[in-house]
This record gives sequence, structure tokens and C-alpha cells, in this order.
Amino acid sequence: MAKADFEVPVLKQYPEIPEIEPGIMAHASPYKSKEEFQSPLGFPGALVDDWQDQAIDKMGELLGRYRSLRVYLDSCVKCGSCTDKCHYYLGTHDPKNMPVGRQDLMRKVYRRYFTLAGKYFPKLVGAEDFTEEVLADWYSYFHQCSQCRRCSVFCPYGIDTAEISMAAREIMDHIGVGQKYCNEIIGKVYKIGNNLGLPGPALEDTLEGLEEDVYDETGVEVKYPLDKEGAEVLLITPSADFFAEPHVDGLIGYGKVFHEAGLSWTLSSYASEAANFGMFIGSYENMRRVALRIREAAIKLGVKRIVFGECGHAWRVAYSFLNTLAGPWDFLDQRYPIPQHICELTYDLIQRGKLNLDKSRNDDMVLTYHDSCNVSRASRMGDRPGGQFDIPRAIIRASCNNFYDMDEDTIRDRTFCCGGGGGLLTDDLMEVRVKGAQPRVEALNNVIQEKGVTHMAAICAICKSQFTKVLPYYGMDMDQIVSVHQLVSNALVLTGQTTDEDDVEAADEAA
Amino acid sequence: MSFLSTIYAYLFYFAAFVLVAGLAAKVVQYARAPAPLKIPTTPAPTTRSGVVFRLTREVVFFESLFRGNKWIWIFGWIFHFGLFLVTLRHLRYFIDPVWAPIQFIQPFGIYGGIAMVVGLAGLWARRFLVDRVRYITSLSDHLILALLITIGLSGLAMQFLAHTDVIRVKEFFQGLYVGQVMTLPADPLLLLHLLLVAGLMIIFPYSKLLHMPGLFFSPSRNQVDNPRERRHVAGWARRLEQQQ
Repeated sequence: MAKADFEVPVLKQYPEIPEIEPGIMAHASPYKSKEEFQSPLGFPGALVDDWQDQAIDKMGELLGRYRSLRVYLDSCVKCGSCTDKCHYYLGTHDPKNMPVGRQDLMRKVYRRYFTLAGKYFPKLVGAEDFTEEVLADWYSYFHQCSQCRRCSVFCPYGIDTAEISMAAREIMDHIGVGQKYCNEIIGKVYKIGNNLGLPGPALEDTLEGLEEDVYDETGVEVKYPLDKEGAEVLLITPSADFFAEPHVDGLIGYGKVFHEAGLSWTLSSYASEAANFGMFIGSYENMRRVALRIREAAIKLGVKRIVFGECGHAWRVAYSFLNTLAGPWDFLDQRYPIPQHICELTYDLIQRGKLNLDKSRNDDMVLTYHDSCNVSRASRMGDRPGGQFDIPRAIIRASCNNFYDMDEDTIRDRTFCCGGGGGLLTDDLMEVRVKGAQPRVEALNNVIQEKGVTHMAAICAICKSQFTKVLPYYGMDMDQIVSVHQLVSNALVLTGQTTDEDDVEAADEAA
Repeated sequence: MSFLSTIYAYLFYFAAFVLVAGLAAKVVQYARAPAPLKIPTTPAPTTRSGVVFRLTREVVFFESLFRGNKWIWIFGWIFHFGLFLVTLRHLRYFIDPVWAPIQFIQPFGIYGGIAMVVGLAGLWARRFLVDRVRYITSLSDHLILALLITIGLSGLAMQFLAHTDVIRVKEFFQGLYVGQVMTLPADPLLLLHLLLVAGLMIIFPYSKLLHMPGLFFSPSRNQVDNPRERRHVAGWARRLEQQQ
């Protein structure tokens, strides 16, 4: 079990709504950004002198730019429906981690400067000046929100705390109070092409290694091409897929699927990142700049289709925003969704009987599936609403014999975030991440106890990294989290593959 | 025509003006603020009519609240549905002749008044009993509940304890249409009731009562889930594109 210098939540058989413990997480805030990470994004390097005025000006600008912000700040009636829905509240018990508690951090400032009631009767409506204490609270608690949108499902007005967190981070960035983790990463994308700062040659090495591994394992020459001009498909995948476990097993799976489908495909070293951290910091301009790299790569490589690998927030930006940010995509093949999710592509091939899947190859695992928050509540797959739930499950069922869902209250559009989304996947927020994972791990633990589940599949790079790190705090193994396309990869019998059945028979005889 | 009636007449002109102008200003503000990105909470309808159906379910049944919390839902829904019936019942003071459906609804309006008070009492109790809700409650939340429940109770009291002359009440409001101030019955309950209703109308555009128009403008509820099929670009975002 991993060591912690904080109290790791105890997993219960039935979920409990904790009593509030005000202020208990005020100390938890991420490292602040520095000049070198701020300026490439167009933000001041340190807190500006007239920060209060500038922050209020920026808030006013955002109120005019985003209807969501204006409507959500006005509409809350404090009914309490959201109060027990956030995984960070459930895991930390801090009432400022209740969605409404978090929103109120901005709402009280909004009311003070932008509403009649707050200007003249601040005490009455809970309006407050934007003081240094309030700013400190903003920095702590708006970095304890993973922008997972679970609150928006249960709000009678659909108030989405993610919109407010994003606006808050945008305001803070503009007065020089940025978060190091997100802003440093965006800088790496601008400079090198991906979040992890892996340069082209390193990617090439990795992909060659994968080709060798797959050849050794299957005897089939599956290619993992990089910067191949004229390919049919450009695959955009999170850079964690190039080396992290279990991510890379998913990448191996995508390659095998493309190979079996007979599709020519390529990765791009210029746009070697699916994730778009511009969304996390609420910066339309930065989000757009990151997204435009994909457009440039697609034009340069002359591809006809764009497919995204397994990545949750990335799929939100891809599915919901890419057309807006970097469209129109009139130079791509209009017969396919633009962009398409790798799961949509694989599912389609399974439907058409193009993949020879031997489920028994995954018989060493009993699986459950974690719906990634941004895939579930901010995107879709396939033609019908809810395809984002059904298609990955259909792929898992086609690849495995043993599958059980977790409790209904914790899956599909009610899924819990892994605890590491929205720019929180950094070691300086470990306490927030471990505590925030509690509701999901609790549901996982229950299917482990009741159904004998051994592994949880996911389609998000952040979820995979987060669980790998966090599960050990709860006494589980880091390798209990797997990629969906890792399961496909295991089960897929490639055309011309030397089956290992002969070896098995030989081994049986020997035994 | 008494002095008090004149004050009430001007009060209601003022309240009606604030309500209509204030709400209109807010609606215009919401409508003019762009929604630059597609952010419906999914799964979401993929067609315009699907969105209308989704919003209708939210308005009529409070669907999301039902999924969120059954206690808030039951009290909230009872209160709002009661208020709806009460409002229909009160239309008889403002239209002449009274339409048949409004005549039909009259007895149900009384039950509505009772339901309204019961629902409000439940919602108010939660603000004291549930620690999370207590934490998020500010003074204005209590005051709005007090205002609404007093309106309900004073109305019910006129029904069950001390009747007022409803014919003259109707004459008063009909008179306002033509700028004529008729005398209101000088019953304390009625005067309290009307004063608080005017107060409610005045605070409407400046308080959380804005949740009513807000729901219709909430992008997570009113957007069609079709970003891949249709390119969605807000005005300021388009200008950003043209700069390059």
C-alpha cells in the first residue's frame, strides 16, 4: 500500500454522505506557475499590481463572452441538489468542494460587482469584495474541480461548475496567478508538439520498438507509422500512449485494428497530442491554438480522416469543439464522422465482422468499465445519444467473456471522475487526487468483492494514469487498470498470425 | 378613493414596470451573450424538437432535480405546481369576463395554495436540518422563503378565516388598466398580501428568482448535440478567425 501523509478515505459497502468539515482542504493548492511558463501563453508572469481591478474587468469581459457564465451565476437557488454529487466533496468533506460551494466563491464576487443587490446589500445576498483571502480560496478550490460535469446532471438548471472553474482559472491567469502544471504543459505543446515533451526522434524510436514487439508476439508486421504523407487516417492520441502503462497497450491495439481493417494510417510528430489543456484553464485562445496544430498536421500529411485515441477530455474537445475551433473540415472525407473516435471505428469493424476476436484470450481477467467523465457527459459516440456508454461496452463484451458493470449510480452519465481530471493530475495535488478517487474506488471495490472483478478498463489517459497512481493507496494493484484497446489487442487474432495453440497443446502433452 | 388605495395603485404600477422591464432586460442580456462552444450535458437530444422535449420535461417535471434529490424534488415540485394553480385561480381578478377554464380551476387553486405552503415549509425545513444546505443558505434565501410563505398564508387566511370583498379587489385591479384608482377594502390581511406580492414582483429581476428565465437559456440544457454535423461559431470567435 502506498504511503500517504494524509488520511486515506475508508471504503464502505454503501456510499455515505459525509458531514461538512469547513476549510479542511484550504491548504491543498497546486504549485504556482512562473514567468517562463506564463509568457508563452500570453499571461503575466506574476501577480499584477492592480490585480483586483484587472480581475473584475476580466470577469466582466467573460460575462459578455459566455452565456453559460452569466446564466449560471444568476440562476442558482441554493436548493442543495448538487451538494452531495461532487467526488471531491464526498472524498474530502470540505463544503467548498460542494459544486454550489465552489460556484459561490465566484458568485459572491459577481454579486458584489455586477448585481444591484450585491452592490447595495452585500451582507443580505452573501456578496463579498475580491480580497486576497478570496483569491487564495479561488486558487485552492478552483484547482480542486476536475471539470467532470457530474453536478450539471443533477442541477435543475443544468448549472455546470466546470464553466465557472474554467472562467476562474482564466481570470487568475490574466492577473498572473497561473497553475504550473497546466501552463508548463501547454508550453510544451507549442514548443515540441505534445504534453510530455517527447520530440519526433523519440516517438520514432518508441514506434519502431512497438513494431518489433508486435512482430515478436504475432509474427505479423504491424506498422506504427509516423509523419507518413498521404496516409488515409491521421491518429491523434494522448502522448501518454507512447510510453506509459497501460496506455501503450492501447496504442498497440489501435495499430492492430488499423492493420486488420487494411487502413493506411499515421501519427504526427507535430500534433502528437490529443489532450488540450487549453480547456482546463478556460482559455479559448490557447485551446484554439492547440487545436489548430491538428488542422495543420492534417493538411500537411494530406490525410482524409482524423481518428482520436483513448482520451477523455481530449474527446470532449475533439467531438464538441474541434469543428468550432479548427474547422471547417471540408478537405476531409465527409463519409466519416469528423473527428472519429477509435472506439467508433473498432465497433464498426466488429459489427461488420472484420475483426477475429478470441474472447478466451482475456479469460484471466474479470472486467468492469469506468465511464470517463468527459466522454460520458460532454460528448457522444455513434449516431444515438448514449452511444458513448454502449459502444465501449460492446467492444469490451466482444473482446472478453467476463464483464460486470459497477453500481448504476456510478456509471454512464452518473459516473464519478477518476479524481485526476481537469488539470489536477500532478503530484502536488496528491491528497486531492486520492480523496477525490474515493467514490469511484468504492464502487470498484464493491464489484471486486461481489463479482470477483479483477480489472477495470478505461478510455482516458488521465483516468489510466490517475488509477495507476491512486489504486495502491487503497490497497489495490496499479496494474488493475487496463486500456479498452488493450483488451482488443489481446483478443484480436491477426490475419496470418501464428497461433499459439500448437504451443499450448505441446505444453499440455508435456505436463 | 382612499390615500392608501392611491399608494397601492402606484405601488403596483411600479412593481409591474420593474418586473416587466427588469425581466426583459435580463432576457435580452442572456440572449445577446453568445454561447461560443457546444456544451450540452450529454446524452443530449440531437434535434431541435428533442431539445424542446428535454426543456419541457425540466419545466413540468423537474427531471434533473428528480434524479438529484427526491426530498427537494417533492417539496419543490409541490410548491411550484401549487403556485401555478394559485396563479391560474388569481387570473379571475385580472380578466373580465372570466374564461371557463379559469372558472373551472377555482377550487383547485385553493388546494394549490395549501400545497404551496406545505412545499415551502418543507424546503425551509431543509435549510435548517441538512448541514450541507444550511451551509449554502444566506439571509436572502430565508427572506425569500418567508416572503413566499407569508403571501401563501395571508391568502389562505382570507379564504378560511377573514374574507375580504373580492368584488372590490377585482374592481381595483380592473381600474388600474384604465388609470382609475378604485378603493381597496381596508382589510389588514389583504393589504399585507398585496404589499408582499408587489415586493415579490420588484425583487424578481434582481434575485435568484431569475432561475425561471435562466433555465431556458442554460446551454447545458438548451443546446442540440450536433457539433460534428454543424459548425458552431460565436461572433467574437469568428472575429478571432479573421484576425489571422
